[in-house]
Amino acid sequence: MNQPASAYFMEERRDPVESHTLSILVQNEPGVLARVIGLFSGRGYNIESLTVSETESKKHVSRITIVTTGTPMVIEQIKHQLDRMIPVYRVVDMTLTGRSIERELAMVKVRGGGDNRVEALRLADAFRARVIDATTESFVFEITGNSAKISQFIDLMRPLGLVEVSRTGVAAIGRGPEGM
Amino acid sequence: MSDNSHDPSQMTGAAMIVRALIDHGVKHIFGYPGGAVLPIYDEIFQQSEVEHILVRHEQGAGHAAEGYARSTGKPGVVLVTSGPGATNMVTPLTDALMDSIPLVCITGQVPTHLIGNDAFQECDTVGITRPCTKHNWLVRDVNDLAKVLHEAFYVASTGRPGPVVVDVPKDVQFATGTYHPPRKSDVHISYAPRVKGDAGQIRKAVALLASAKRPVIYSGGGVINSGVEASKLLRELVEVTGFPITSTLMGLGAYPASGKSWLGMLGMHGTYEANMAMHDCDVMLCVGARFDDRITGRTDAFSPGSKKIHIDIDPSSINKNIRVDIPIIGDVGNVLGDLLQVFKAEAKKPDIKPWWQEIAKWRARNSLSYKKNSDVILPQYAIQRLFELTRGRDTYITTEVGQHQMWAAQFFGFEEPHRWMTSGGLGTMGYGLPAALGVQVAHPDSLVIDIGGDASVQMTMQEMSTAVQHELPIKVFILNNQYMGMVRQWQQLLHGNRLSHSYSEALPDFVKLAEAYGAVGIRAIKPGDLDGAIKEMISVKRPVLFDCRVAALENCFPMIPSGKAHNEMLLPAEANDEATAAAFAGGKALV
Ligand SMILES: Cc1ncc(C[n+]2csc(CCOP(=O)(O)OP(=O)(O)O)c2C)c(N)n1
Ligand SMILES: [Mg+2]
Repeated sequence: MNQPASAYFMEERRDPVESHTLSILVQNEPGVLARVIGLFSGRGYNIESLTVSETESKKHVSRITIVTTGTPMVIEQIKHQLDRMIPVYRVVDMTLTGRSIERELAMVKVRGGGDNRVEALRLADAFRARVIDATTESFVFEITGNSAKISQFIDLMRPLGLVEVSRTGVAAIGRGPEGM
Repeated sequence: MSDNSHDPSQMTGAAMIVRALIDHGVKHIFGYPGGAVLPIYDEIFQQSEVEHILVRHEQGAGHAAEGYARSTGKPGVVLVTSGPGATNMVTPLTDALMDSIPLVCITGQVPTHLIGNDAFQECDTVGITRPCTKHNWLVRDVNDLAKVLHEAFYVASTGRPGPVVVDVPKDVQFATGTYHPPRKSDVHISYAPRVKGDAGQIRKAVALLASAKRPVIYSGGGVINSGVEASKLLRELVEVTGFPITSTLMGLGAYPASGKSWLGMLGMHGTYEANMAMHDCDVMLCVGARFDDRITGRTDAFSPGSKKIHIDIDPSSINKNIRVDIPIIGDVGNVLGDLLQVFKAEAKKPDIKPWWQEIAKWRARNSLSYKKNSDVILPQYAIQRLFELTRGRDTYITTEVGQHQMWAAQFFGFEEPHRWMTSGGLGTMGYGLPAALGVQVAHPDSLVIDIGGDASVQMTMQEMSTAVQHELPIKVFILNNQYMGMVRQWQQLLHGNRLSHSYSEALPDFVKLAEAYGAVGIRAIKPGDLDGAIKEMISVKRPVLFDCRVAALENCFPMIPSGKAHNEMLLPAEANDEATAAAFAGGKALV
């Protein structure tokens, strides 16, 4: 065991890293998002994607969806750490339930003319992306789907004159009649 | 308090704060005034139910409140001003969070209309203290204040206890609003700590315990936090099962050091028998402890052959560092009560005689031995004498951080819970002296001793003035080795004995220092002087600084070198230069 001289044991963990989507119901009060994000930065957890919005305005409940990566032990820690925050109602690991739908929305701006313009429109059609703004030399497409589909669409637009992209991040919900 | 005699529920924010303290049974608070809390200080001035202890630095107030809380089981309360008052509280808040100590800290804030303007003595208190509190609040409306204060007390003292901050802008302190006494609806419905353990898990745990051949109980600070009853139940469990028991630094006193099943403390500077029992056991019952890195050594070699049961009130403590087989989430006292009942009804004491015989062999290695010396006082000897001479007295011990802290843990025997206050998780030098103040405030007639180091005590020495002002006869027993001994030890073992900045240069004369504060200074230099000097210290009814001159280069053993497993301990008798070099060989290449 070669480690630098230290009062701490430097240990490497080699467990495989997984990606999980977490849905978190919180009391919508000042600072609640800072608490959640501070937990991730403070404890060195990853945030791949984050969406948040009030979902029940009467009860001031917001729903946060976080896509995170980590070893199974770290993912379990993240859930417990979130769950013990005072304004957190519930944390559900949508990946573990295996019964969730994930969607993301993106707006994709493409600039160009001639064949590229035609090709962009054709691909957009194939991906069911809608044109929500157009000029003689540009389009803005709106596309929804899972993150992989959106990334694929963006990759295809790149050689056709991709200017910029705005993505919402992932929102997730469980299948079937039950709520979380 | 205010002039709304017609409707007693109407009062100013400042009056509400004092009222809430009274409603929560608070008798003492620790604080320091400033512009942003003057309305509250004005209310304090006009009443006599809550006594305010004026410290000399806000950090002192925080640690004093920690000592108060840990020795009573009740939340400690702190009142400080905005800006520097609040930032000076960051260390004690973090300390309390790490060691699960209930604290309610009220901070003043600049008036709401100035928040965000970089006003005089403004800081983002809730932002700064968010990661070092269990929860915090900024109160912008006086009509929310009562609810927030009540929730603050509830959150601090229930579930896994911890520090909370209530930040109150000055205009809210002046404003008049409606106060209500504590009620259930004050608390977030999303906050509901689980107290009762799952019955199925408890059954499984009992079955596992009953089948054990080489069991060990590993208890921690959670047993202390759960209350005196939890310690009683733990003792009963040890009695009923006949199992050996060890404890973390934070858990000392839950099981008596004189008990026959006691293995001593475990971990980096724990006893050989405790660590070997942890390593070789087949069933481990972890009660209110958290498998911290000072305890486990290298995690991949931690107790490799055991099935593990873990009782903890905080689900995030489970499977954090070490995978366990039977987690039981709940309050330690509650779960132990249920577990005992099931054990008594359905199981019987397993025969573990061979295991005890093995333990006896480890014990015989005498891992806490040290070479006697009649010329210089050895620090271990000093603690032993302190222990012997205070035996049978109503004594509370606090410590600073360093070698002296470990020697105190190893050589002072604790018979009861709540008698031992030390900074375990954060390891805060400067904790012990103000913590002793807090303990003394809560237990005015008891003997309260801070076992300190020459470097640590200088971090919060100013609180001697507090001790003198409030007639708190704390005893600061300094193991003066003229070094930051623990740093020096690591430098010797790991950094080629290059003692970079660990010598206590220009030490003050502690006896004169005591006198300058109006306290009593006592010095012991020779082993022969020690008993007499300690007796004198005990009999003095005033604050004392005791300068105990001890051997400068003594090391703290036994020790698990970093990166090693529990069964690779370095024992004092074997810790000659070669063995030490070999034990740390892993690190040498990169020194
Ligand atoms: C606030 C703070 N700063 C630094 C440290 C690192 N540290 C740990 S022990 C120690 C030396 C303590 O010296 P002393 O109080 O004389 O105790 P001794 O080890 O000599 O008994 C230091 C600097 C710490 N624990 N806390
Ligand atoms: Mg020292």
